[in-house]
Amino acid sequence: MKTENQKAWFFVLPVLLLVAFNALIPMMTVVNYSVQETFGDNLFFWQGLGWFEQILRSDRFHAALGRQFLFTFLILIIEVPLGIAIALSMPRKGFWVPVCLVLMALPMLIPWNVVGAMWNIFTLPDIGLLGYFLNHVIGINYDMTQDPLAAWITIVTMDVWHWTSLVVLLSYAGLVSIPDAYYQAAKIDGASNWAVFRFIQLPKMKTVLTIAILLRFMDSFNIYTEPFVMTGGGPGNSTTLLSIDLVKIALGQFDLGPAAAMSLIYFAITLLVSWLFYTLMTKDDLN
Amino acid sequence: MQKRTLVPIVYILFLMLPIYWLVAMSFKTTNEILAGFSLFPQTFTLENYRVIFTDPTWYWGYINSILYVTMNTVISVAVSLPAAYAFSRYRFLGDKQLFFWLLTNRMAPAAVFALPFFQLYSAVGLFDTHLAVALAHCLFNIPLAVWILEGFMRGIPKELDETAFVDGYSFPRFFATIFVPSIKAGVGVAAFFCFMFSWVEMLLAKTLTAVDAKPIAATMTKTASSAGYELGLLAAAGTLTIIPGAIVIWFVRNYIAKGFAMGRV
Repeated sequence: MKTENQKAWFFVLPVLLLVAFNALIPMMTVVNYSVQETFGDNLFFWQGLGWFEQILRSDRFHAALGRQFLFTFLILIIEVPLGIAIALSMPRKGFWVPVCLVLMALPMLIPWNVVGAMWNIFTLPDIGLLGYFLNHVIGINYDMTQDPLAAWITIVTMDVWHWTSLVVLLSYAGLVSIPDAYYQAAKIDGASNWAVFRFIQLPKMKTVLTIAILLRFMDSFNIYTEPFVMTGGGPGNSTTLLSIDLVKIALGQFDLGPAAAMSLIYFAITLLVSWLFYTLMTKDDLN
Repeated sequence: MQKRTLVPIVYILFLMLPIYWLVAMSFKTTNEILAGFSLFPQTFTLENYRVIFTDPTWYWGYINSILYVTMNTVISVAVSLPAAYAFSRYRFLGDKQLFFWLLTNRMAPAAVFALPFFQLYSAVGLFDTHLAVALAHCLFNIPLAVWILEGFMRGIPKELDETAFVDGYSFPRFFATIFVPSIKAGVGVAAFFCFMFSWVEMLLAKTLTAVDAKPIAATMTKTASSAGYELGLLAAAGTLTIIPGAIVIWFVRNYIAKGFAMGRV
């Protein structure tokens, strides 16, 4: 059991100061912008909650938010089952285990802008491996700079390529922690593969899967660099996800007030959903 | 049985295809790339790599990135160790709230913070230094390091601490010579994750630098837009960014799975 000790705060202090410096000051700047109007020259006027109202009512924000939820939903519904399936079919022991793990983790260690550039090169219609194959071998007309559907399929595939391994590695960590005795007992009982999965493997993977879903939710909801490099949000606005739209407003149009209000709303949504996952997770930790 | 081993193989092939294409393209001349499709480099060239290794604007990009990533890893792990110890051993006022607040910083979209970060680090005179990027990346790396280390530390029984104190160890001596060595796998994994997330993050790194501490990503973006889209050069630069990650992951290969589970299995 943990003991009560208020002096523990001293251990936490360096972390607290460093993170607070990085989190609170920029956050206050954003809050500050979100309630003011500026016409340049560092002149600011009190605006109240006007920007929040404007953002919450704007069709543009609703559209970007809708695209964002669709994107996150799609990648979760593909990556989680796929990751579990791959983890289940991986070898548990032997020489190939570290090799598999290292190769699978590799995409996650590539800088995000390089991932974007790599997928750009990979999907170029006439000279990219995938683009050439689809256009000239299979004969589908594929060009993600023209066709919104192609652009969506490409960024979703890219994310599946980039992050499914996270789910695989987490599920795998859960699977290898199951003692052999459980499987032997299941065998004696004549349990089917499905029953073994449902009543032995899945419960053991529950905690790690929650971590996986939490991390995948947060990161996919904040995704910026890869789709920006790949499609720039286009064609049209079809792949303009929340972060991309935010940067367009803040740095493209330099509308600091609306951008700040949008940042806060955006952050609040991420926080709310993540908090739900987190409470689910810590509830498990206590049991 | 055969069918089962096929799944990971097909998956790894799928992962390797875009990487293969990047590497293959880095050995092609720009003319060959633009002339049309070829599965293997027809005229194999190292010219792209030669350019990168001889042009200071290119290779300094890598040195800058490695410098701030290393600084960030050292800072993050050093401050996270005592904090994770506190979270794993003691109850104190606001501990749960603090832990969740730390995690929330992992959720903040980097795009939200780009502009305020620029202003903050300009105001304190750190703009365009390696330290600025190293400190900024603490925002998401410290929470992660605390989370991972806490997971590993709770696996160490409290009796270890108590025995050491009975034996007359002072706290710093116990922490440095007994406790940290007993979770060295966790320290390795935490360092690996800090390295990884600092290495792959480019938006803040680009925002906080101009010339002296410019990361490799900024150099790449410049090439992509200005020099007539030199794909071969871009591919070579991209290929080189994969190598540091591949090296560090080899060191923690036996702990990857446990590490990704934040030590919680």
